[in-house]
Amino acid sequence: MRMLKRLAVLAALALISAGAAAQTVKIGLINTYSGPMASNGDQIQKAVDLYMKLNESRLPNGVKIEIIKRDDTGINPETAKRLAQELIVREKVNLITGVVWTPNAAAIAPLTKEAKVPFIIMNAGTAMLTTLSPYIARTSFTLWQSSYPMGEWAAKKFKTAYIAVADYGPGHDAQEAFTKSFKAGGGTIVGSVRMPPPTSDFAPYLQRVKDAKPDALFVFVPAGKSATALMKGFGDLGLGQAGIKLIGPGDITTDEELPNMGDVPVGVVTMFHYSAAGERPANKTFVAEYKKTYGDKAWPNFISVGAWDAMAAIYDVVIAQKGKLDPDKTMALLKGWKNPNSPRGPISIDPATRDIVQNEYVREVRKVGDHLANVELETIKSVKDPWKEINDKK
Amino acid sequence: MEAFLSSLVSVAFHGLAYGMILYAISVGLSVTMGLMGFVNLAHGVFAMAGGYLMITLMLAFGLPWLPALLASCLIVAVFSMLLEKALYSRLYAAGELEQVLFTIGLIFIAVAVARLAYGPNPLAAPLPSYLKGQLSLGGRSFPAYRVAVIATSALLIATLWIGLERTRWGAMVRAAVDNRAMAQSVGIDTARLFTLTFALGSGLAALGGALGADLMAMTPTYPFEQLVYFLIVVAIGGLGSLRGPFVGALLIGIGDTACKYWVPELGAFFVYVATIALLLWKPAGLFGRHV
Repeated sequence: MRMLKRLAVLAALALISAGAAAQTVKIGLINTYSGPMASNGDQIQKAVDLYMKLNESRLPNGVKIEIIKRDDTGINPETAKRLAQELIVREKVNLITGVVWTPNAAAIAPLTKEAKVPFIIMNAGTAMLTTLSPYIARTSFTLWQSSYPMGEWAAKKFKTAYIAVADYGPGHDAQEAFTKSFKAGGGTIVGSVRMPPPTSDFAPYLQRVKDAKPDALFVFVPAGKSATALMKGFGDLGLGQAGIKLIGPGDITTDEELPNMGDVPVGVVTMFHYSAAGERPANKTFVAEYKKTYGDKAWPNFISVGAWDAMAAIYDVVIAQKGKLDPDKTMALLKGWKNPNSPRGPISIDPATRDIVQNEYVREVRKVGDHLANVELETIKSVKDPWKEINDKK
Repeated sequence: MEAFLSSLVSVAFHGLAYGMILYAISVGLSVTMGLMGFVNLAHGVFAMAGGYLMITLMLAFGLPWLPALLASCLIVAVFSMLLEKALYSRLYAAGELEQVLFTIGLIFIAVAVARLAYGPNPLAAPLPSYLKGQLSLGGRSFPAYRVAVIATSALLIATLWIGLERTRWGAMVRAAVDNRAMAQSVGIDTARLFTLTFALGSGLAALGGALGADLMAMTPTYPFEQLVYFLIVVAIGGLGSLRGPFVGALLIGIGDTACKYWVPELGAFFVYVATIALLLWKPAGLFGRHV
C-alpha cells in the first residue's frame, strides 16, 4: 500500500515537471469562416495551415503553438469584439491574429491596448488601423500603399478618371489616395460613387460610368466574389469596348478569382504587393507548396501571403522568446522585423508605425499559357504607407 | 439633353430587368397570401431552390441553360406540392403566429441545407455564350442577358394573366380569392385549387430565382436577404392581386436603379422610404381592397 502511494506521488511529480517543460503558445485566430465573404477566410486558413505544416521543425524543443479559431462571419464588428474578449479573458491567448475586415480590426484594437495582447493583422488594410493601439502590427498592406502610386502612374496615361469604391474604410482610403495623387499628376476626376458592400449587382453603377465616358475607371471592391461580380458587370455592359480602361488596387484581380472571371480582365492594370505569377524564387516555392497541398487548381493570393508572413513573424517572436511570450518584448521584436525572402519580395515592419514596408508592383492581367495571370511589369521599391508619411501619423 | 435621355433609357432598362425578376418571384407570394390567407415567409426558399437547382443541372448534368431553367422550375413546383400537402395544409386554419414560426423555421432549415450542399460563397450561374456580351438596339448596346430576362419575364407574365383572366381554372382561383365560402358552396374543390396555386406560385418563384441568379446572387442566406424585398412588393401592390405586385415590383426596380444611378448616397434608403410613404397613403397597397 505504501509502495503504491509512493509510486502515485512520483507519477504526479513526473507529470508536473513534464508540464513545465512543454510550453504552449496560444494564438487566437479571428477569421471569416462563413457568410458570403468566406472565401477570404479560407485563404487565410489555408496559408496558416500550410505554414505550420512546413515549419513545425523550427520551433524549439517542447514549444508548441496552439491556434484557437473563431468565426466573425463577415463585416461584423460587434461579433469580432466579443470573440476577441472571449479569447483574451477565457482562453488567455498570448497573441491575436487574423481579421480580414477593417471594421472588425477597429473593434478589436482597444481591447488589445487594454489587455496588452499583441495583435498581428493578417489582412485588414485601412491605413489608420495601426494607430489605434500600440500592440498592433500589420503584415498585409494599406490601400494607400497601392492606390497612391496607382494615381501617380495613371496620371501619366489618362486625362480623366471615374472612381467607384466600396462604401467602407478601405474604399474611402482607396478613393482619397487615388484622388490625391491623380489630381497632383494633372488628371481630372469626372465622377465618383461609393457602393454599399456587399454588392452583387453592379450594373446601375457601371452604367453611370459608361454614360460618363471617362478614360479610366478606378475601382476598389473587397477581393473575392465581389470583384468577380464587378468584372462580370464590366464585361456585360461593354465598358471595355466603350474604350474605358479598368484600373485599381490588386484586390480586383486577385489570383484565386482570375479563373472565374472569363476573359474580361485581360489588359486590366493594377498596383499591388503580391501576384502569384511573381518570378521570385521564394514565390515559386510558395506557390508550388500551396498547389501540392491544396490541389493544382488552387491559387494563393495576397491574403494568403499576408497570413503566411504573419505566421513567419509569429514563429520568429516565439522562437526568440523560447515560447514564453511577453507582450512588450513581442512588440519590440516585431518593430523592425524583417523577411528578405517573403513570396512578395523583401518586407519589413516599420519600427515607427508598426506597419508593413514592401515593394509595390505595376501589373497587367495577361494570358500566360492556359490561364490568366497578374504579370508584374514595374517595381516600386520599399513603399511605406503614404497616408502616415503625408499626415505624419504613428 | 441627349445625355439625359440616354441615362433615362439606362435606368428604365436596368430597372425593368430588376423589377421583372422581383415580380416573377413575388407574384406567387401575393396569390398565396390573398387566396389562402397564409403568411408564407419561406417563399424565398423556393426562389433559392430554383437558382441552385439550375446551377446544379448545368454544372453537374451538363444541361443547356434553357432546359435547366425550365426543369428547375418544374422540379421545385412538384416538390412544393408535396410540401403543401404534407406541411402547409395543416396550418391553414392556424393563427398567424404559428404560420410565421413555421415558415421562419423552414427558412432556417433551407439555409442550413444550402450551406451544407453549396458552401457559403455566392455561386454564379454559368451562362451560355449567346447570353454574354451586348445586343445592339436602336444605336445603343444592351447586355444580352438582361434583354433575355426582360423578354422571358414578359412572356411569363402575359401567359399568367391570360391564364387567370381567360381560363376556367383562373375563374375558379379568382372566385376563391373573392369569397372562399361561396366558392366552396358552389362546388369548387378549394383544397385542390390551393395545392395547384401553391405549386404555381412556387414554380414561378423558382423561375424568377433561377432567371435572376445573375442579379441577385445565390447564397445560402438568400431567403432571408431577399425576403424584405418580396414582402415590400406584395405590401405595395396589395394582397391577392396580379396587377398590384407588378406595379409594385416595377416601382421598386426602377426606383432603386434610378437612385443607384443618380443619387447613390441614398440608394440604400430609397426602397424603404418609398414603401413607408406609399403605405401611409394607401395602407392596403395600391390595388388591395380595404379590409
